[in-house]
Parts: sequence; structure tokens; C-alpha cells
Amino acid sequence: MDTLVLAVLGIEDLWFAVPLIITVSLVYAATRHEFMGEILGHALRIGVWIVGFMAAVFAVLQVIAWFV
Amino acid sequence: MVATVPADTSSAIEIPLKDPGLAAFLAWLVPGLGHLYQGRTAKAVLYFVCILGTFSYGVYLGGNRELGWGRVVYASWRPGDRRLPYLCQLGVGLPALPALVQANRVRHGKEPLFGGFMAPPALGGNFDQFGEPRRDDFGQPTVHELHKKLHRYFELGTVYTMIAGLLNILAIYDAWGGPVFSDEEEEDGENEDKSEDKPEGSASLKS
Repeated sequence: MDTLVLAVLGIEDLWFAVPLIITVSLVYAATRHEFMGEILGHALRIGVWIVGFMAAVFAVLQVIAWFV
Repeated sequence: MVATVPADTSSAIEIPLKDPGLAAFLAWLVPGLGHLYQGRTAKAVLYFVCILGTFSYGVYLGGNRELGWGRVVYASWRPGDRRLPYLCQLGVGLPALPALVQANRVRHGKEPLFGGFMAPPALGGNFDQFGEPRRDDFGQPTVHELHKKLHRYFELGTVYTMIAGLLNILAIYDAWGGPVFSDEEEEDGENEDKSEDKPEGSASLKS
């Protein structure tokens, strides 16, 4: 439980990830499409995927932390 | 050279890549400049804002009034301070090149310009009688001092500027060869491609 509390306390640092997620999503999507509508749509999907992946990794590490 | 991109299922547009080598060089020099040269203005603006914005924010995070700005972007291959992140940061092109100028000046015993902007830190590391890191090399802060005073922002600034440089490599490839298409998209568009003659060196992409 302590690790969860620490994670919540340190959550403000995650704000630094937001600009990176937006930028990476947009630039990656722009290398796959030529038109802005398609780029934005693809960027949104990539952004959601990145956040989901980060959440999954967080969950796995949290579970491991409970047992170790 | 042109790249062919289907606008919908029944038609396609051609993207004029002009001179891909020159476009790639311009894209490296300034993010988005290669696309501007090709007339792909929207993507030029997107790359310029996203990549240079990320790089600039990293430079801002990695400095302050006391230490000087841009401390996270510096070129150094000295024993004890081999700055590998600079290899990634160099991908952003012209904005990272002042670090090479500053490193060259320091190597030849000259004082860094612009208050040490992107200058390599001092290699000192010894402490004075007050317990403070000793400054040398024209008053430049040491690596220890940078970490001590910038805290996590030194690493954050480094990461931001590195990612900006790596993202620009994707943009350079886009300027050189047009949009990349994935395996899935390639399979979908395979049948259409067989029925059409593609221009030499063109790339097709299903939208």
C-alpha cells in the first residue's frame, strides 16, 4: 500500500509525460498519413494506446510491489 | 520524385517530393523545412511546432538564470563525461549545433559564448573549503553542480531534447520517402497497386 501512496504523491511528475505523448503521437501519425484529418485520428489512437500501455505497466509493477 | 497516396478508394494524389535528398537535409537542418520546400505546409507546421516545441521545452527545463540555459544540450567526449544523449539531440539539426561550437571553443582554450549556452560543463568535481563544487573552465558549472541544482529537471530536459531529435529522424524519413505504410495497409492496397502503374520511387498508402 505504501508504494501506491508514493505513486499517488508522485503523480504530478506524470504531467511531464503529457506533452511528450501528444508530440510523439502527432509526429508518428504524421509519418503515416498525408492529410491532417487522418493524422489527428491516428494520433488520437496512438495516444490512447500509449496511455493504456503505461497504465498496464503501472498495474503490473504495482502488483509485483505488493508481493515483494 | 513523387509519392502516390490514395485520397479515397477510387482516386489517388501525388505528393511532389522534389529533390528527396535536399528535402531530407533541410528537414534535418530545421524541423519542417524540408516539407515546406516540398510544399507540404501543414506537415511542415506540425513538425516545426511539435519537434522544436519539445526541444525548446527541454532546453528550458535544463537550465536556469544562475547556471545558464541549455545546459542539457552539450557535446562532450572527454574521459569521464561522454555525452551520448547528444547523438540523439543532434537529430534536431541546427538548434543543437551551438553545442558543437561551444565544445570546440572550450577544447581550444577559449571562453564559451552567450553565457555558456550549450557549453560543456567543467570537469572539476572537487569541492572547495565551503563544500561547494569548485568551478573552473571559464566559470562553467560542473556536472555535479548541474545535477545538484537542477535536480530531476536535468534528466527531464535531457529526455525532452533527446526525443525531439529522435522524432526529427522520423520527419526526415518522411521528407525523403513520403508517408510510411504499415504491413496491414500494404496488404490492403496490394490489389489496387497491381492495377496501376506507380511512378518511379513512389510510395502508396491506403488512407
